[in-house]
Amino acid sequence: MFKKLVSLCLAVLMVAGLCAGFAGCAKANADFKIGVILLHDESSTYDKNFITAVEDAQKALGLSNSQVIIKKGIPEGNECYETAKDLVAEGCKVIFADSFGHEDFMIKAAKEFPEVQFCHATGTKAHTEKLSNYHNAFASIYEGRYLAGIAAGLKLKAMMEADSTIVPKIGYVGAFTYAEVISGYTSFYLGVKEIVPTVTMEVQFTGSWYDEAEEKNAANALINMGCVLISQHADSMGAPSACEDKGIPNVSYNGSTVSSCPNTFIVSSRIDWAPYVKYICEQTMAGKAIDTDWTGTISTGSVKLTDLGSKAPVEGTQAIIDQYKAELVAGTRHVFDTNNFTVNGEKLTSYLADVDDDGTYTGDTEVVKDGYFHESEYRSAPYFDMEIDGIHRINSKF
Amino acid sequence: MANVRHGTVKEPFIHITKNAAMPFWKGLLIRASAVIAAFILCSLLAYFLIGANPGEFLKTFFEGNFGSNAASAKLRIWKLAKDTAILLCIALAITPAFRMRFWNIGAEGQVLISALASVAVVYYNAGRLEDGPLLVLMFIASIAAGMIWAVIPAIFKALWNANETLFTLMMNYVATFFVAYCLVKWTPNGSSVLGELKTGHLPSFGHDYLVLILVVLVTTAFMFVYLYYSKHGYEISVVGESQRTACYIGINVKKVIIRTMALSGALCGLTGFLLVAALDHSVTTTSVGGRGFTAIIVSWLAKFNPLIMIGTALLLVFLNHGAGQLATVFRVSFAFPDVVTGIVIFFVIGCEFFIRYKVHFRRKTRTAQVADNGSGGGGGALDSPGDNEKPDIVPDKGGKLK
Repeated sequence: MFKKLVSLCLAVLMVAGLCAGFAGCAKANADFKIGVILLHDESSTYDKNFITAVEDAQKALGLSNSQVIIKKGIPEGNECYETAKDLVAEGCKVIFADSFGHEDFMIKAAKEFPEVQFCHATGTKAHTEKLSNYHNAFASIYEGRYLAGIAAGLKLKAMMEADSTIVPKIGYVGAFTYAEVISGYTSFYLGVKEIVPTVTMEVQFTGSWYDEAEEKNAANALINMGCVLISQHADSMGAPSACEDKGIPNVSYNGSTVSSCPNTFIVSSRIDWAPYVKYICEQTMAGKAIDTDWTGTISTGSVKLTDLGSKAPVEGTQAIIDQYKAELVAGTRHVFDTNNFTVNGEKLTSYLADVDDDGTYTGDTEVVKDGYFHESEYRSAPYFDMEIDGIHRINSKF
Repeated sequence: MANVRHGTVKEPFIHITKNAAMPFWKGLLIRASAVIAAFILCSLLAYFLIGANPGEFLKTFFEGNFGSNAASAKLRIWKLAKDTAILLCIALAITPAFRMRFWNIGAEGQVLISALASVAVVYYNAGRLEDGPLLVLMFIASIAAGMIWAVIPAIFKALWNANETLFTLMMNYVATFFVAYCLVKWTPNGSSVLGELKTGHLPSFGHDYLVLILVVLVTTAFMFVYLYYSKHGYEISVVGESQRTACYIGINVKKVIIRTMALSGALCGLTGFLLVAALDHSVTTTSVGGRGFTAIIVSWLAKFNPLIMIGTALLLVFLNHGAGQLATVFRVSFAFPDVVTGIVIFFVIGCEFFIRYKVHFRRKTRTAQVADNGSGGGGGALDSPGDNEKPDIVPDKGGKLK
């Protein structure tokens, strides 16, 4: 009985193996391949944003699935380096990684394979490593958050006009006290302040990029403190759903939350990585150099705002957003214009930012010139990390 | 013990008896057919869920482990060996405690805290010591950290009979948050990403992973001898079988519990040290990545025998790599590889039933008496580890005709 079963199984296996052999022969040899290394899979909004971008770029370039290899769930350790090597062995000409902690392991692989291009989103070391095949990329998402702030400001103004007892205090749920988060909430605050000059903001950190319960708690704590509008920089639905429960308007991040928060969703900003993925593929295929530090902007299509919510936003918001957007694109308006904020009661005239990630955590580059803070110009990843007046951090242990 | 039934009594359609002795080859054959059957089921699932034909399914599974060309073959075979070694090392660590029926599910935290200890040594050394003495310090720190993390619940168990399962589980969370705390402290820019440390790298000979693999192989041999041919190993078995018996024959149970958990912790410490010094050169809250829990399956499937664990660890890593490649090639979420792994493990565990018990179907004509040896009714195959080594005591659970 068992022998029969085993021989049957073996026969099936052999036939299957034969089929596999033929299937393998049929595949055409394509000379261009890109490898993509992701920290999680689509269950994280952060990684899902990258997956969507890669698939969009693939479609635009007409590449087949075998030419775009996506490796999900790669931790920030030796396995990243191992995966990069594996992708090289599979014939990838350019390799892209999406998480900040992948950086050192990508650099290690870049040094070993000088003929392959390595591109890393959110990293900080490309401009100091000076490798011709290692590149960083980010987007001027502070401009997107500023525009989202404008939409929030209009809502806040309307709320104050409707009810004169409302104190203009808003709340923000942040992940870590990291420049990317600080730059984000400051630009959001400045957007709101543009419309409501008396606004103040409370920031609560969670110490994690993804912690649904903690983000929900933080949002609820802010609401209980009297914050009348909430935004966040963390990857779960914690804060938006807390806002929906309590009827507090919310500005989201990474994508629209209108389907689960129809009453309170105003707008969301997000980085669209498709233009960058497309760019690195095209440059590699053409044998051209890739920028060491690439900063996507509104013009490149990298910084995007979603459609406005259906109920929460004020009428006419889109037109005002478009007007500010045009000014940002034209360069006549700067988010971090030193006339629009103060630090310790004084106007900012000079600031040494920690642009070179050399392990010393000290400022090294003057970034205030021509009356504004030059964010994402000396490297693509944000470095605005100041505490400006009007924003209060409730906890800063992270 | 045999109860006698006469032909007039209605015999159940299926009845189950304990299988006293099955030849080794037959057991192996049953296990192999279980794996093959599981693969057939998985390939059907793959066909209906993600549209992969069985040929592609097997090819992809194979390529995930052994590569699709010469260059990737070399990388992936080494990766297979390395991942097996790490998983095996953690499984070896929990095995002595499990043989003692001390349910240590805290290997995840014990390894993580040891990795943190190694990283802390490198971080605070800040390049002062050479790699030689630095590695010795890292090794000592990791072993000590692993032992402390394991001995705390052991003391509570030995002295106050605190539930070790909950205790070791909670220690995992403490370890994770302790790592998160240190990372915040060590990265003033708020990124919580330490990056790759430049010092404290284990030297490599031949291949980057060779030292690690050899260390784990030597540890496996040591653990086999320790558990099967030493007085300590015997004491562990006795305490596991019956604490009263152990007391009666003069074994200090408290001492054995604490000593064994210290050994478990030390081996977790070794794993943590290897993770940092040979592989990651860094630490994150997910450095161990659930392997502390997977190791429990490795150890249990092998019936706590270190030599068989080589095979079970290899099987689990093989499944993980193969199914991971499926997710990559067919662009499906990571849930699918987990389903595949789950099905195969389910079949492997399930087939143990057919090895331990014999299934009899009712025959059409009955004349003779049926001797019913009153089997326990066939509980789960995993209900009692080490059953094979015990004398066959027939439980009297049925007892209806007495």
